[in-house]
Amino acid sequence: MTATTTEQAAPQASAPTQLTMAGALNAALRDAMAADDRVVVYGEDVGPLGGVFRVTDGLQAQFGEDRIWDSPLAESGIIGTAIGMAMYGMRPVVEMQFDAFSYPAFEQMVSHVAKMRNRTKGRMSLPMVVRIPCAGAIGGVEHHSDSSEAYWTATPGLTVVMPSNPADAYSMLREAIDGDDPVVFMEPKSRYWSKAPVALPVTTAPMDRAVVVREGTDVTLLAYGPTVRTALESADAAAAEGLSIEVVDLRSLSPFDDETVGASVRKTSRAAVIHEAAQFGGYGAEVAARVTERNFHHLAAPVLRITGFDIPFPSPKLEEFHLPTPDRVLAALDTWEWDD
Amino acid sequence: MSLNVEHQSVRTLPSEKPIRLLDNAGHAVHGAAAGGFELPELDTLLELYRRMVIARRFDVQVTALTRQGRLATYPSAYGQEACEIGAISAIEARDWFFPTYRDSIALLTRGIEPGDILQSFRGDWHNGYDQHAHRTASQATPLATQALHAVGLAHAARLRQDPIVTMTYLGDGATSEGDAHEAFNFAAVWQTPTVFLVQNNQFAISVPLSRQTRAATLADKAVGYGMPGYHVDGNDVAAVYAVTRAAVERARAGGGPTLIEGLTYRIEAHTNSDDPTRYRLARDVEHWKRRDPIERLEKYLVSEGALSESMRAEITDAAESVAAHTRDLMTVEAEIDPLELFDHVYARPRAALLEQRARLEAELADAAIHAAQPGAAQPAGAAR
Repeated sequence: MTATTTEQAAPQASAPTQLTMAGALNAALRDAMAADDRVVVYGEDVGPLGGVFRVTDGLQAQFGEDRIWDSPLAESGIIGTAIGMAMYGMRPVVEMQFDAFSYPAFEQMVSHVAKMRNRTKGRMSLPMVVRIPCAGAIGGVEHHSDSSEAYWTATPGLTVVMPSNPADAYSMLREAIDGDDPVVFMEPKSRYWSKAPVALPVTTAPMDRAVVVREGTDVTLLAYGPTVRTALESADAAAAEGLSIEVVDLRSLSPFDDETVGASVRKTSRAAVIHEAAQFGGYGAEVAARVTERNFHHLAAPVLRITGFDIPFPSPKLEEFHLPTPDRVLAALDTWEWDD
Repeated sequence: MSLNVEHQSVRTLPSEKPIRLLDNAGHAVHGAAAGGFELPELDTLLELYRRMVIARRFDVQVTALTRQGRLATYPSAYGQEACEIGAISAIEARDWFFPTYRDSIALLTRGIEPGDILQSFRGDWHNGYDQHAHRTASQATPLATQALHAVGLAHAARLRQDPIVTMTYLGDGATSEGDAHEAFNFAAVWQTPTVFLVQNNQFAISVPLSRQTRAATLADKAVGYGMPGYHVDGNDVAAVYAVTRAAVERARAGGGPTLIEGLTYRIEAHTNSDDPTRYRLARDVEHWKRRDPIERLEKYLVSEGALSESMRAEITDAAESVAAHTRDLMTVEAEIDPLELFDHVYARPRAALLEQRARLEAELADAAIHAAQPGAAQPAGAAR
């Protein structure tokens, strides 16, 4: 590579336009593939169809079949071959299509993706991103609405993130692709079509940081992915009753941002975590334990969990009874003893 | 390159009788039994002989060291030298190898230091060698998983237009795993330059091949994926080398993957913690000992006048020297820094891991202070 006299022009930020999360992810993939020819994208139906959620729409037409292609239908094969590609210096971004479809790849994920760097004493990194459309509230039939984050966050070596809005989706996916650690990139399906004004390319907070998305003084609601909206709606409803709720979007599930969360909890002295996944052994248990261990003397009440029930994800007509709602969040907060 | 290439699928079943270039008496085999393959040149055979002798001496030495408690475990490849050495000798330094836990002698042949090969088996780190430098992946313990890595790397190299080949070894038991199927299928669909060598040593720990598959040969499976399959006498290094060499050349020329079954036998136990007398007959072991891959080639080389006494002495010396070097390495206690536990989990440092590292560092400092003050180091109750 020879040095050139002309600096490459910095990408010009466009004027903000209404962008869906699926559109933001599509733009992130497009820009990452254009910026780095080591980035390849594959999975089931990601080619001409553009993915079942159209996140890869138009990419094969632009970049060709050597950069983005349909794989045979086999999740372990997708992850296992991505490992080999990453070993050879590519940066594969692979799609698991639906949360529960990732389970056949569990062994490759926990035995190899997570451990390769460690077992090789740092000599071999696996720069790869596994995109997993996750969670419910889209009327999916069984195996299409799972929240599998606790399996991945319980595995040292994996980085697990989940954006909740279009700007973060773009920024975090770019950062995940650029990094040297393997990233489980979870995409809440119910948020794919939610729009926000975004000027691309956008850089939001670093991928490993939580962000306070609404300031408040009485309670900290810790949410991620699909439940950030639930938390914000809860905060609106609570405000009408005179309760000031701060909402923290965790964004990164592993690593956990103790600093941002701790600062918020010490300010409000009360915390609750909201997720769709089952409660027992769920990610919220880790959050509640960490927050309590580090902030016990600042807490006025036990950390609460507002989660799905401890059941397999229900059928579409019953999922509304399972998923956490603002009513359920506010009812949970009422179980605390309040001084006033 | 288009991934939508139309290609000719393979429909011919491999021969049920294994391909053989040297019979058990060390005589050259001609005609149909040789499957159209040629006996390699004498120089090549002599080099294969040398590599097998060194490999066996190493294997015997490591098994002995394991019995002495110097290693936590060691899966021996005694009796499988023709498969192990014949196939690995058919690829080049630029090619990538994806081994299993049993393939230590193939790593030795690939030029990896004995101490680095044995680092995981002696327990001081999971993997001791530089994967990139040797173009050799870590020895995989989960079965058949590494076959997918071999396919992925081959595909990446092909996209980069690097003319390299990947080779992976699997055991007979591993062919029952889902990842073996996915690897064979991905390789065939993507036409990757990958050679799969199934070492059928006839037992998956204690389970015999008859309880593993109803296929007439494991090589038959290739046909279902649309790739060539070869059923080879796995105790005939000439045949293993010739067939894998042809597969490697075809792969490098863009001809796609090949599945090769080497029919062999594991003379030793699965590992040192196994008791093979519980599941196989002494007379079967004796039967296979009489089909020793090294003796067979030796007979041929002697009959051709290609192996002199002085050469044999020189090879024995070289093997003894590797064994002595291995003994020396394994009798030195490993020095490991416990703080390194945290260094290689993520490329990007994590606050929580740095906290845990600091905790262990404080514990180690405390322990060092106690060690410097005898008496204080006694744990409560230890004085009784």
